[in-house]
Amino acid sequence: MFDDLRDLYQEVIFDHNRNPRNFRVMENPDREVEGFNPLCGDRLTLFLKIQNNAISDASFQGSGCAISTASVSLMTEIVKGKTKNEAEELFQQFHAMTTGKDDQIDLKAIGKLAVLAGVREYPARVKCATLAWHTLDAALKNKEKSISTE
Amino acid sequence: MTTFPIEKIREDFPILKEKIGNKPLVYLDNAATCQKPQAVIDSISHLYMYEYANVHRGVHTLSVRATDRYEGAREKVKNFINAASTKEIIFVKGTTEAINLIAQSFGKANIKAGDEILITAMEHHSNIVPWQILCKETGAVLKVAPINLQGELIFAEFERLISDKTKLVSVVHMSNALGTINPVKAIIAAAKTKNIAVLLDGAQAIPHIPVDVQALDCDFYAFSGHKLYAPSGIGVLYGKQALLEAMPPYQSGGDMIRKVTFEHTEYNGLPYKFEAGTPSIADVVGLGAAIDYLSAIGMDNIAAYEAELLDYATEKAKAIATLRIIGEAKDKGAILSFVLDKVHPHDIGTMLDSLGIAVRAGHHCAMPVMDFFAVPATARASFAIYNSKQEIDVLMNGIEQLIEVFG
Repeated sequence: MFDDLRDLYQEVIFDHNRNPRNFRVMENPDREVEGFNPLCGDRLTLFLKIQNNAISDASFQGSGCAISTASVSLMTEIVKGKTKNEAEELFQQFHAMTTGKDDQIDLKAIGKLAVLAGVREYPARVKCATLAWHTLDAALKNKEKSISTE
Repeated sequence: MTTFPIEKIREDFPILKEKIGNKPLVYLDNAATCQKPQAVIDSISHLYMYEYANVHRGVHTLSVRATDRYEGAREKVKNFINAASTKEIIFVKGTTEAINLIAQSFGKANIKAGDEILITAMEHHSNIVPWQILCKETGAVLKVAPINLQGELIFAEFERLISDKTKLVSVVHMSNALGTINPVKAIIAAAKTKNIAVLLDGAQAIPHIPVDVQALDCDFYAFSGHKLYAPSGIGVLYGKQALLEAMPPYQSGGDMIRKVTFEHTEYNGLPYKFEAGTPSIADVVGLGAAIDYLSAIGMDNIAAYEAELLDYATEKAKAIATLRIIGEAKDKGAILSFVLDKVHPHDIGTMLDSLGIAVRAGHHCAMPVMDFFAVPATARASFAIYNSKQEIDVLMNGIEQLIEVFG
């Protein structure tokens, strides 16, 4: 019945929506940033532990749609163990993927995140997928305590 | 009631023949804006093809024709809401501008430090923010009457908040997020005991129920054209003549003046004092055509038909175990706001769109209402004269399917 949506809602996304990974409050995080999408009310808090310039742990709390929940869940998995620079590079890749700039994407680096590529066909939903990454970007740059997509 | 001519009405709206993907369009986002009948579309083309010029300006034939059409529409609005005079009908951009006009003109002239403005907890942002700005500018205080879990105004609390300091009551007639129809007659009566001016935000109510401003005895009534099957960019502020006459202009420029020298300007009379600049002429004419169209069907018939639709949709929605209706007021217009246990409203919106069904997902410009019900957003199906029970079946079937997919 929802055949047209198979590219957007892949099984991995349903899985992460039902059972989000790293969904917990972190004790004594090195970074804690809130991400907010005022258009849809999605709100998440991202926690990071940083050791030797690398992300040693990542977790989140909050509520959002399946796309935004799956995106932040997948992100916390993939950035663990990455250096700050590697994580920033991944953010650039993810951004290129969700905005349809295929020539700039390193498929190997993107890995599992590729399941979110479908949002590019749904302009109203791109921000659901990128909210997590904008929050990570702010956390790594140690800028604001909260960010907004608007 | 005679049978509502739903098939004929559907024929009048060309966009209903559109396909979304390969599915017939089921348009249930009418509370955001509604679609336009051919008669409205034609009225605009006709004006531009045969009658267009600036209004109130020239002696030439076209200017006279355009002015006749423009002022003719004002007469139609006057009759539609039963105002006492066309001087009480001010054309504005929409409800938002109408409320801002009251805040900036009536508000600045009549509200000072320590005075109070009373609203309710179910207001749209456009009936909250203008008052916050006015309060900041004047030192007045914004008071908010609470609602209960059905989404109804707690009237005793509202009455308790009316005081000698209250200078204005501004209340939504029908809530866009909940569908609640407020007891506006009782609200106005309560305000009148202390001689307080009352503004009704009629953006949602106007397409669904008959409105008679004299019977209501409200001081101001604001509504938009685009929710009334008319073009966007046009709306109406009704105000009692004596109040409007005492109010200072809102914007200034051409058409709102009688005489200008560099030393002094004499303002034009009502309603032109509040219509500075060239107005949205074709959209006003479109609004007049929409009113003719609705009047031919009859607002009482429309209200009865839509009540039937809402009852049907509510009954079906209640049969879905994981669905929770947000807003269950006893007196309610054709809006069904809901959440599902395991599916976020945005996912509901995208899923239903793939089936050709347009609903709104979000906070509906009423974030305090979302906070009150402790939800980030809701999905909202809102009905209009061209919606059918079959379309509600398509919606409910879609909801059941997507619940299954999300597991």
